[in-house]
Amino acid sequence: MSSVTHFRYEIVRTFRNRIFYAVTLALPLVLFYAVASGQRTATQDGISFPLYFMTAMAVYGAMFAAVSPGARIARDRTGGWTRQVRITPLRARTDIAAKVITAYLIALPSVVLVFLAGVSLGVRLDATQWLELGGLLLAGLTPFVALGILLGYLLRADTLTPVIGGVVVLFALVGGVYGFQLAHSGPLFDVMKAIPSYWLVQAGKTALGGGGWPAQGWIVIAAWTAVLVAAATLAYRRPAARG
Amino acid sequence: MVHHNAQAGGIVLSRLSKSFGQVRAVRSVDLTVAPGETVALLGPNGAGKSTTIDMMLGLTHPDAGTVSVFGRAPAAAVRAGWVGGMLQTGSLLEHLKAGELVRLMASYYPHPLAVADVLRLTGAAEFADQLTTKLSGGQAQRVRFAAALVGDPDLLVLDEPTAGIDVAGRHEFWQAMRTVAGRGKTVLFATHYLEEADAYADRIVLIARGRIIADGPATEIKARAGARMIRATLPGADLAVLGALPGVVSAERHGEAMLLSCSDADTALRALLGSFPAARDIEVRGGSLEEAFLELTADDDETAHAATADAAAAALGEAR
Repeated sequence: MSSVTHFRYEIVRTFRNRIFYAVTLALPLVLFYAVASGQRTATQDGISFPLYFMTAMAVYGAMFAAVSPGARIARDRTGGWTRQVRITPLRARTDIAAKVITAYLIALPSVVLVFLAGVSLGVRLDATQWLELGGLLLAGLTPFVALGILLGYLLRADTLTPVIGGVVVLFALVGGVYGFQLAHSGPLFDVMKAIPSYWLVQAGKTALGGGGWPAQGWIVIAAWTAVLVAAATLAYRRPAARG
Repeated sequence: MVHHNAQAGGIVLSRLSKSFGQVRAVRSVDLTVAPGETVALLGPNGAGKSTTIDMMLGLTHPDAGTVSVFGRAPAAAVRAGWVGGMLQTGSLLEHLKAGELVRLMASYYPHPLAVADVLRLTGAAEFADQLTTKLSGGQAQRVRFAAALVGDPDLLVLDEPTAGIDVAGRHEFWQAMRTVAGRGKTVLFATHYLEEADAYADRIVLIARGRIIADGPATEIKARAGARMIRATLPGADLAVLGALPGVVSAERHGEAMLLSCSDADTALRALLGSFPAARDIEVRGGSLEEAFLELTADDDETAHAATADAAAAALGEAR
């Protein structure tokens, strides 16, 4: 009994879904060039617009990658395969771990491609700053991975697609992913600072300055992760009833 | 290979009950399956077969009662790799080839069989390189069977394994099943085909409306479940006299209609016409299990139905 086969086939399944994979990689790149090409000298939120928007688009692609296992979970559940697997000795944690790893395996190339696109439009960071930026993005994705798994175990496949798309777009909007921020002070700004995607988008600025997120950023990411992981665990434990 | 001591105790369902809202899907079911036994759970659609199986596998929690699989709770038996199954619902995993899917299932179990052997045995080898989404219904069913077998479980649970397969395919399926299950496995399968239960089970458990109404050797149950029914309009006739007619097992009244459950319908009909020349609208209903169940269990309200189910149990004989 080994988990290697399960991990391998989980990855194989993801990459055989070519259209999904191609769109996940291409969408942030297309948006990045479409918007940032004309604003290479502009600034946003105190940093160069290309750096801001490169980070934002890396976040955008990575968020879609992070929640993507949810769609597979919902399809397997709706089709009845989940019931089949639950009468085998496969442990839940192995299954979930495989889903988490594939989420990151999709997110990582998407982030790297957007970084390369950023460089092509003049974004310059030193090696430490690139690593810090990449590291913050991957760390800040954890609540979104948990969110995908939660929704996958809660919703049927046909309802999941619009819900998950809507939720990601909402997080993107509030987090400032679309190249503008909804507020710079006041109660709405406080709400933004309680949302993980805000801190993800801020990672560009943070990496430029060095030193990582302030405590509030880490607390927001950790709290969302803890709550969503707990909820996903509960959703997983619901009996796998028919239909 | 059969793991030592793993099968001790067999499968024991005790006072198992489950309701979904108002529907009492399973009502206080007691059932014991000995190690190595092949048992058919036979009943019409909606009888409670799948719910019983789900509770046996730990997929559904019972409202009351207990399940023991080789001395353990279902979840523990599943974790130990003692259980394999073909469930009724179930599209296969997407974006995998048939052979890969079976290999994946094998990887979950501690002592799996050789994947190539299982693919050959189940007739799935020819399309092992095709994606699961490209398979026909019959092919998908073979893959599902291969997936259930490959872990070499001690208990095989098959929920209507031949649903949607043609007669020839059904025959091949059971041939393969015999080859594998002949090696000391405990097998429980649900079906609504009497012939299938008769041909492949050591023992048949009849289930209708959530209750076990008969349990015994296949030949015995077949004779009873396959009994013909005579229905006749005969106001005011004495049930006891009707029940005592030659060839009649039991008699019931449904308004003006009398329903006779027969061991020998020809003899019973001659006797009925001889003793009750006023009988009219006579129907003799044959053999279909579904019909027999409907006759025996159909009723409008719950209480009347419970009484009928008991009558059915009496008619079919409690073989336990």
